[in-house]
Amino acid sequence: MPDLASTRLAAHEMAARLRAGSVSSRELTEAHLAAAEAGNHALNAWLVIDRDAALAAAAAADARIAAARADGSAALAALHPLCGVPVGLKDLVTVSGGQCTAGSRILDGYVAPFDAHVTERLRDAGAVIAGKLNMDEFAMGSSTEHSAYGPTANPWDLERVPGGSSGGSAAAVAARHVPLAIGTDTGGSIRQPAALCGIVGLKPTYGRVSRYGIVAFASSLDQVGPLARDARDAALLLHAIAGRDRRDATSAPVPVPEELLALPASDDEAAASLRGVRLGLPREYFVAGMEPGVEARVRDAVAAFEAAGATIVDVSLPHTEYGLAAYYIVAPAEASANLARYDGVRYGHAVRGGDVLGSYLASRGTGFGPEVKRRIMLGTYALSAGYYDAYYLKAQKVRTLIKGDFDTAFAAGVDALVAPTSPFVAWPLGAKLADPVAMYLSDACTLPVNLAGLPGISVPCGLSDGLPVGLQLIGPAWSEARLLALARAYEGVTAGAPWRRLEPPGLVAIDPAGPTPARRAIALPGGHHR
Amino acid sequence: MSAPAARAAALERYEAVIGIEVHCQVRTASKMFCACAVPPPDAAPNTHTCPVCLALPGTLPTINRAAVEHVLTTGLAIGASVPPATRWDRKNYFYPDLPKGYQISQYDLPLAANGSLTVETSEGPVTIGITRAHLEEDTAKLIHAAAPDGRRVSLVDFNRAGVPLMEIVTEPDVRSAEQARRYAEELRLLLRAIDVSDAEMENGQLRVEANVSLRPRGTGPFGTRVEVKNMNSIRAVERAIDFEIERQAAALDGGEPLRQETRGWDDAAGATYVMRVKESSDDYRYFPEPDLPPLVIDAAWLAALRAALPELPAARRARYRALGLPAYDAAVLVNDEGMRVAFEAILAAGPGLPPKEVANLVTGDYGRALNETAERTASGLAGRADAASLAHVLGEVVAGRLSRANAKEVVAEHVVGGRPAAAVIAERGFAQISDADAVGRIVDAVLAANPAAVADVRAGRSQALGFLVGQAMKASRGQANAAVVQAAVRERLGRGGDG
Amino acid sequence: MGTLSRADVAHVAHLARLGLREEELARLEGELNHILDQYAILARLATDAIPPTAQTIALENILREDVARPSLPVDVALGNAPDRQGDHLVVPAILGGDGGGG
Repeated sequence: MPDLASTRLAAHEMAARLRAGSVSSRELTEAHLAAAEAGNHALNAWLVIDRDAALAAAAAADARIAAARADGSAALAALHPLCGVPVGLKDLVTVSGGQCTAGSRILDGYVAPFDAHVTERLRDAGAVIAGKLNMDEFAMGSSTEHSAYGPTANPWDLERVPGGSSGGSAAAVAARHVPLAIGTDTGGSIRQPAALCGIVGLKPTYGRVSRYGIVAFASSLDQVGPLARDARDAALLLHAIAGRDRRDATSAPVPVPEELLALPASDDEAAASLRGVRLGLPREYFVAGMEPGVEARVRDAVAAFEAAGATIVDVSLPHTEYGLAAYYIVAPAEASANLARYDGVRYGHAVRGGDVLGSYLASRGTGFGPEVKRRIMLGTYALSAGYYDAYYLKAQKVRTLIKGDFDTAFAAGVDALVAPTSPFVAWPLGAKLADPVAMYLSDACTLPVNLAGLPGISVPCGLSDGLPVGLQLIGPAWSEARLLALARAYEGVTAGAPWRRLEPPGLVAIDPAGPTPARRAIALPGGHHR
Repeated sequence: MSAPAARAAALERYEAVIGIEVHCQVRTASKMFCACAVPPPDAAPNTHTCPVCLALPGTLPTINRAAVEHVLTTGLAIGASVPPATRWDRKNYFYPDLPKGYQISQYDLPLAANGSLTVETSEGPVTIGITRAHLEEDTAKLIHAAAPDGRRVSLVDFNRAGVPLMEIVTEPDVRSAEQARRYAEELRLLLRAIDVSDAEMENGQLRVEANVSLRPRGTGPFGTRVEVKNMNSIRAVERAIDFEIERQAAALDGGEPLRQETRGWDDAAGATYVMRVKESSDDYRYFPEPDLPPLVIDAAWLAALRAALPELPAARRARYRALGLPAYDAAVLVNDEGMRVAFEAILAAGPGLPPKEVANLVTGDYGRALNETAERTASGLAGRADAASLAHVLGEVVAGRLSRANAKEVVAEHVVGGRPAAAVIAERGFAQISDADAVGRIVDAVLAANPAAVADVRAGRSQALGFLVGQAMKASRGQANAAVVQAAVRERLGRGGDG
Repeated sequence: MGTLSRADVAHVAHLARLGLREEELARLEGELNHILDQYAILARLATDAIPPTAQTIALENILREDVARPSLPVDVALGNAPDRQGDHLVVPAILGGDGGGG
């Protein structure tokens, strides 16, 4: 097995070493592939580890770097920092010639004939795509247990969920299989698994990153974003994928800030930037039902911001309590239409059942898992004749109110809001599977941000009972650079904290002959639900 | 009772209430929501598809500007109102010809609303209200077939999926099959005139459906509505609706209840047949399309489209009538783009020509030449014709220097060969002698050479007059103006008046 | 807000073309009604004067110029087809006549 030391590096450190010539992309890629191949049995984070394609991309990146070095320092500086750096993709991002299951049986065997915009941008940057990562089916879920390909485990505790729906992405980054991964966030699917796995996850402003080539869940809420182990790396990945794409009419012609490439390297310099910053504490996000350990870590983080010179102000987002219901109408409604194309006619899982109607019923009835069926049913009902006004239209109006709450808070001079990402730390596999509403509650602090189309980031803020807690920062539209700078500042402020040096125990306790997450899940209470 | 008589009898008792729904492929280079080329009618199956129009996972629509502008232009042409802002909606239903499982369409904010079209009918002008015109995407084509193992299957060709489609829906204002036919004809003419569609019914670019119901004359509520489809020509529209009126009248007379259903027109059988009985109302679960930002149609955009609008057929007919053309001629010219172009060009090249004469030339001699060649000049004239030559021909006829019979030959030859008409007239020796002195000299010679005939005329035998005129025409090798010759002979032989 | 009967659940499943077994229908009846109970909170808000938000991004008139680009080769377009005959896709016979819209 190759030396895995390089898997502990951040992407920005890899970039520096690649340019200095002290490591090659091939060496980095070999190390990460080895880590992923060794660790995946226990985690089930990867649906595909594409060794051949990754090594080919690494060779191409090494050639680019060598050519740039020969052309001089300007050419070397012009390379994207991610050139030669391994990246994982959630398995709903298309890669030409590769699978794209979206975690569903209904897309089993489907081969995409085109690259997603994000894939193209990563290739342009010279990044090395290492493979495809597990997820809740069609990104519907908060635990990655709703995958047709088995659950993913949390590297911090293999008997617990990694969060979801980008659970494979979060687990792979936390377990150092890759420094970076792409996820998508419709109601918290980047931020919540980032929180539960102790890493950084950013949901950009709606329209910041093209959705072309991203299997749709809820079109007005879906955004693509980075998962990384620190703010600087998240910024590099966002820089690589952001920007207008003519194939997505909702991708905004807003310039990508170059500051994303220049977050401070120095902890002290980063921390110093907090002086004069106004952070809002939305009281509705600190509610009954939140685990005390989570609340304590978030309050600690707020105190740390304050100690570093930030001003903390209480704010109210009065319509927060309506967010969950509004979200669970809007998202399923859009999903019910987005998932109508999976009919067994042009691609994917097809079961013939007599005539066309019978084939539709059979293909869709056997191709979708229980959570997806639940949401299709909810969405179809919410849009059906006689119920549209009471459900869908009402939810869209509530969306206006929720967005208005955020607008009011930011208009009052708050730079960003500080809140928990998830009310809970990672829970045992199977614990919430029997109760969909309990599962939905884990998104209560993240989904209002999607309803309003705003950027939000989750950063690790310590542990509760040995499990990671995420701190969420929410900003006005297009303020990603600001949020990442705040996240970087928080890293600076807490650089000396003992929890910063803790790693997932799963990293050292991986048993290649041990149980897979699916077998662990069956052995746990509630495991019979799968 | 004969069919027309049965129909007439039915229409005495019942009033037909008809609404017309037209789907029209607007003419664009690329599809509605993706950049695939719009396939020609003979394209091989599934050669014009891409990830977007196949609805592969992860694909998104983008809006074709030209298609939007075509519908806005149509809205202006039918006097419709255009909303300041509109959006797209998803219409959800499952069918193998609909790749996404929803059609991107427009629900409550169509690009055009409340327009109208006035048509001429045998009973005078009728104005038909147009409820709305909106833009959507076409579906794939299904072919019903048998698989090699004998199973009944449908074959799917996605070439047509995603082609821009404009839906134009009328109020239930139409009262007869003739009105329906005239509406379809006038709409087709308008769509071609404003250059938004080729509107060929034969290859599906224009699809006409009619909702037909009857109610006893003098009553208010509408009867049970039957939707009639598959009418593949304008004539089929009229025949199908006539059939449906008779069928429904017979059913009502017989006390048979009518069903709300969709019927297809079988042109060979001359009858409609049941396609689908509507059991429950469809639930399309429309909702705003989240993948597409709204359209905001400001005054400047509309003004630019209005400025680009050509003269509309109705205005053109009125202008031709004002030039002195009979209604029939005006309609013929406006309905035929090739003749209309020639009419306008000849009038422009010969501003002094009488418009009625120009119309006669265009619908007559020129029209025949137009039908005999598929070749067109850059300005749209038949063969190799130019407007100046055509105007010259007509000028010569009007001035009496060219006979109408010779004019026909000159036009035919000019259109084919493109040589200037004056040259053709000269070479063929068609220049007509109308000058009284010149004709007089010929007549004098003929009279001198034919004393017996002259004597016969003087004795009152008028057949001899014709002989002398014929001799004079012969002597001029046909170039003398026959009327002038006749006048000269009569004058010299003292036979004025009626001869 | 409504309560879903078993027949309602079956009707919605048919609209969504989901072939569900009896036990799935039974479970969904309970789950969907439980979720709908959570929606009841929305009725507390007076929203008559509130405009709906369908999209959060303030974009308009994002249009593409009418320029055709190459399509996929047939074999790529049909590359994932479960059932193919020549250059056509095959679906089982459509019974019950025309079910299409537009």
